Amino acid sequence: MQPRININDKRSPERGKVDRKFALGNLFRYLKPYVPVLALIFLANVSGTVSNLVGPWLCGLAIDKISPGGGTDFRAIGYYAALLVALYIVSALLEYLSAVGMAYVSRGTVRKMRRDVFAHLTTLPVSYFDARQTGDIISVMSYDIDTVGESLANDVIIVLKSVVMIVGSLVMMLVIAAPLVLVFAVTVPLSVLMTKLIVSRVQPLFRKRSKKLGELNGFVEEMITGQKTTRAYNCEEKFIADFEVKNEEAIEAYSRAEYFGTISGPCVNFVNNLSLTFVSVCGALLYMHPMWGITMTAGQISSFVLYSRKFSGPINEIANILGEFQSAIAAAERVFRIMDEPPEPVDGEGAVPLGDVRGDVEIKNLNFGYEAGKPVLKDFSLSVESGKVIAIVGHTGAGKTTIINLLMRFYDPAGGSIEIDGKDVEELTRTSVRRAFTMVLQDTWLFAGTVYENIAYGNMNATREDVERVCKAAKIHSFISRLPKGYDTELSDNAVNISKGQKQLLTIARAMLLDSPMLILDEATSNVDTRTEQIIQEAMKNLMKGRTCFVIAHRLSTVKNADKILVMRDGDIVEQGTHESLMAAGGYYSELYYSQFESA
Amino acid sequence: MTKTLRYLKPYSGTVIAGLVLKLVGSVAELFLPVLLGDIIDKVADNPAYTYDQKVKYSLIMGGLMLLCAAAALLGNIFANRLTVKSSGRMTHDIRYDLFSKTSYLSSRKTDKFGVPSLISRLTSDSYYVNQMVARTLRLGVRAPILILGGLCLAFSQDVMLALVLLACLPVVGVIIFIVTKKSIPVYMGVQQKQDAMVRRMQENVTGVRVIKALSRGEYETERFDELTRDLAATEFRANRIMSLSNPLATLVLNLGLVALIIVGAAAGDTPGTVLEFLQFFVIILNAMIALSKIFVVISRGSASAARIEEVLSEDVGENIVPCRESADGAIEFRNVSFSYNGVGNNVKNVTFSLGKGQTLGIIGSTGSGKSTLINLLMRFYDADEGEIFVDGRNVKSYPAAELRRKFGAVFQNDFLMAASVKDNVDYGRGLSKEAIDRAVDCAQAREFVDGLEGGLSYNLAQKANNLSGGQKQRILIARALAGDPPILILDDSSSALDYATDAAFRKALAAEYPSATKVIVAQRISSIKNADLILVMEDGEVIGAGRHEELLNACGEYRLICSAQMGV
Repeated sequence: MQPRININDKRSPERGKVDRKFALGNLFRYLKPYVPVLALIFLANVSGTVSNLVGPWLCGLAIDKISPGGGTDFRAIGYYAALLVALYIVSALLEYLSAVGMAYVSRGTVRKMRRDVFAHLTTLPVSYFDARQTGDIISVMSYDIDTVGESLANDVIIVLKSVVMIVGSLVMMLVIAAPLVLVFAVTVPLSVLMTKLIVSRVQPLFRKRSKKLGELNGFVEEMITGQKTTRAYNCEEKFIADFEVKNEEAIEAYSRAEYFGTISGPCVNFVNNLSLTFVSVCGALLYMHPMWGITMTAGQISSFVLYSRKFSGPINEIANILGEFQSAIAAAERVFRIMDEPPEPVDGEGAVPLGDVRGDVEIKNLNFGYEAGKPVLKDFSLSVESGKVIAIVGHTGAGKTTIINLLMRFYDPAGGSIEIDGKDVEELTRTSVRRAFTMVLQDTWLFAGTVYENIAYGNMNATREDVERVCKAAKIHSFISRLPKGYDTELSDNAVNISKGQKQLLTIARAMLLDSPMLILDEATSNVDTRTEQIIQEAMKNLMKGRTCFVIAHRLSTVKNADKILVMRDGDIVEQGTHESLMAAGGYYSELYYSQFESA
Repeated sequence: MTKTLRYLKPYSGTVIAGLVLKLVGSVAELFLPVLLGDIIDKVADNPAYTYDQKVKYSLIMGGLMLLCAAAALLGNIFANRLTVKSSGRMTHDIRYDLFSKTSYLSSRKTDKFGVPSLISRLTSDSYYVNQMVARTLRLGVRAPILILGGLCLAFSQDVMLALVLLACLPVVGVIIFIVTKKSIPVYMGVQQKQDAMVRRMQENVTGVRVIKALSRGEYETERFDELTRDLAATEFRANRIMSLSNPLATLVLNLGLVALIIVGAAAGDTPGTVLEFLQFFVIILNAMIALSKIFVVISRGSASAARIEEVLSEDVGENIVPCRESADGAIEFRNVSFSYNGVGNNVKNVTFSLGKGQTLGIIGSTGSGKSTLINLLMRFYDADEGEIFVDGRNVKSYPAAELRRKFGAVFQNDFLMAASVKDNVDYGRGLSKEAIDRAVDCAQAREFVDGLEGGLSYNLAQKANNLSGGQKQRILIARALAGDPPILILDDSSSALDYATDAAFRKALAAEYPSATKVIVAQRISSIKNADLILVMEDGEVIGAGRHEELLNACGEYRLICSAQMGV
């Protein structure tokens, strides 16, 4: 029996209470449709437990019919035996049914929760995902929701059963020999107190144990990943020594936690044995010499002992489960906190979809920063005519990608406006604005699915011919044809050896299929070698034909032919013009350009 | 598993002491029901005793029960302590050996296992082995003792009743076995579906921009819903199976209880004996359930132990081949060919030589074999054919440490640890402050390092996530320079630097470390333009070798790359 560890957030008790109420209230909303099922489960549970409780009583009655000297009443014993068999079968059946019922409820709830959380996530703004670790969001979806479900399926039923069992056996014991129950007035508080004491001592130790183990694992992961480097610098011994320190710490924390953790089992057993001893001795005394008007038969002692086992077991169980409940509620809080996140602002009243786009873009006095007080774009203005190519160059952090975040309305500006074909985007629906652009990003995004599905992702009406047509234009068709199943090859888990460049060509093909009037290329070729880049450039030329293009690039060779080049520095446009005019001006751009030829 | 269990040997004294204590505790617990039965049968019902004697003996029996309970408590607590100690030390030793072994594994063997697998062997597998040993010592011994002891006592008391008890055990065992066996594949299915769900989540979070741009939110929700429905159905199936075991096992034992009463009555047993046997039943039932849980832990633990042993049994001895042949200059490759997996050469017939203090540039598309040349040069792998010489000696004739001391290297996607900037530059070598400062300056890292909070003592996050790509590369370069190595290797190590910084670095490198022989692998022409020798690689072969100007005339591929990058 190990004490559970609760990871409680550091928050004020006040806030915690509100959150708990909030979590429980929401949880209840999910359980509401199951109220009839839950009622049935409760009924099955109570009657199952009750029939289980009647057992020892019948056993006692049967034992009393035994008299070793002869004259045993076999008919009566047979009668009781038959009754017992029927009872136990019914009780087992009911127990099974209520467990399955509860599993049904919890699985249904979990599924609905997952669906709702996911559906809500799709409405959240991009900033939500930018500000959080992917792992955190996933752990809510898998681990936290699971914890809630497990708690529903197991803990609820155990608590229910335990409560009925405790009350029932208490009643039975009171009926058999009320004064004997006094024994538990000593042992029950003793065991509760002990469990509490141990748990409070052990919990911080277990937390430390997990922390140290986490540190050790983190170190291992890090060092094994960097093994080649370690070998290159001959410092294996040094890092083995570092590992040894962490190893020793982890084992020390483990041992300390376990020393105390493993005390609780024997202690609880001890208290149970203690009550058994008291019950036996007192029972025997009553058997020999009735007191306070109570006589006890051997059968009654037997029933009482059996009930006392049924009584003390569940008490300890409940004490343990309360801890689990805490973590389930904490998990539920995290789940519902996601559902409470404000979604992307809805389109303003009277927002109209953007139709028939020419592709003129006018950016006026845009101001924006991800954090208050840290502006990324300052009074940024830009005007682009339909069909022109605009290149944006500059150092990392100069604000290039931010412009795209704002154009796509992933973020809303703090001031200024963006107009497409003379219409303010704030007055247009978000979806239609996004649809007017096609993006090809540095990080290619492909999902587990067939090649065909990946390319047709943005346009599900695309026929096979359409897909093949764009793949030919993107110069990736012959590669796909050579795959084991051609366009039906599954792209998953590195099963297919596909290079970065080929991935990029696939996303270009996907972009071509969209046929949007405007195009955004964000460092689309920075991670591939020159040869592959040339192929991609070729494909890109096809894609860019007749569209308004925003190109962000590292390599200046890729932007030389742009109609206009913006040179950005710290959120400002410091220069703009064509390649030739910028070179002639001899400013920052030419400095950047010449530095690639500079040699030692 | 034997090799793993051998790690317990140094602690066998502790283990044995723990087991003895466990035995004492468990036996003491077993005597409780015996004493309970005796209170009724031998004391309360004994006509030979007077009333006062009966009371007196009842109290004595009660006292004995208390003693037994206390013995059980102390025995178990101290036994647990000893088992925690021995299993903890054993885990420590296994982890130590495993980590040391892994640190010295050759690259080929590392490839064989794979890095993620090696990590999980060190983390989760060593954890499962620990769990297995700790649980087995703690509960796995107690449960059989309780079952066997309970049966022995039962037989000594009453053979008929004991037979009833014995008959129930295999039935319960079979039930638990079947249920567990049926549930394992279902649970594996649950695991797979859960993985699929997590993967889909991951995809969606990383692709959030694309999904939003294409307004595919609803479609994704639908797809996700299918997954959750599938997962929920499988989980429900697993629950249904697992829910069987408890009611069934309890039912069998309860039925045994009824049989006990009937048999007891028929055999003319005393009520005290029957009462006693009821207690045996409860104890044995609990022991059976504990045992079934341990089987799960053992089966998982032994699989993990096998995975750990696989690594531990690898040989890491150095393979030093004496070599009389020698060469001039700093680096020489003679007809070198190599393949990672034995299928198709990754490097074919490479020959070149480089003098001390000279610069070698290597250029070519991804997968053309550039990094492989570095791997061979530093002898992470042995060439299949041909010879490689460093400082005139065949690399195979060096002890690994001596060879690698000659190099300072930055690899592709090299590694920074979650430690201070200084520790990352020093990398456990105990270098002087001056050497580190000089390297940081030369790598053009000074400006941004000074801007960090605490400068050189600024702590990097895991994978250096709190630095930009260019900053990471500059720290890596500083690491390679700090040891003032005779040979400097830079494998695609300045790709994230902007051109101006890259140029400044090259200038500083030439001025500050003029005597170092430099090997530079790059995508950018500008990084290698001034090298004394440039190798143009394609499909593992050198298709052009010479200086920049020579290659512009002689090598079409090189000219192509140049014109693409510089418009020359």
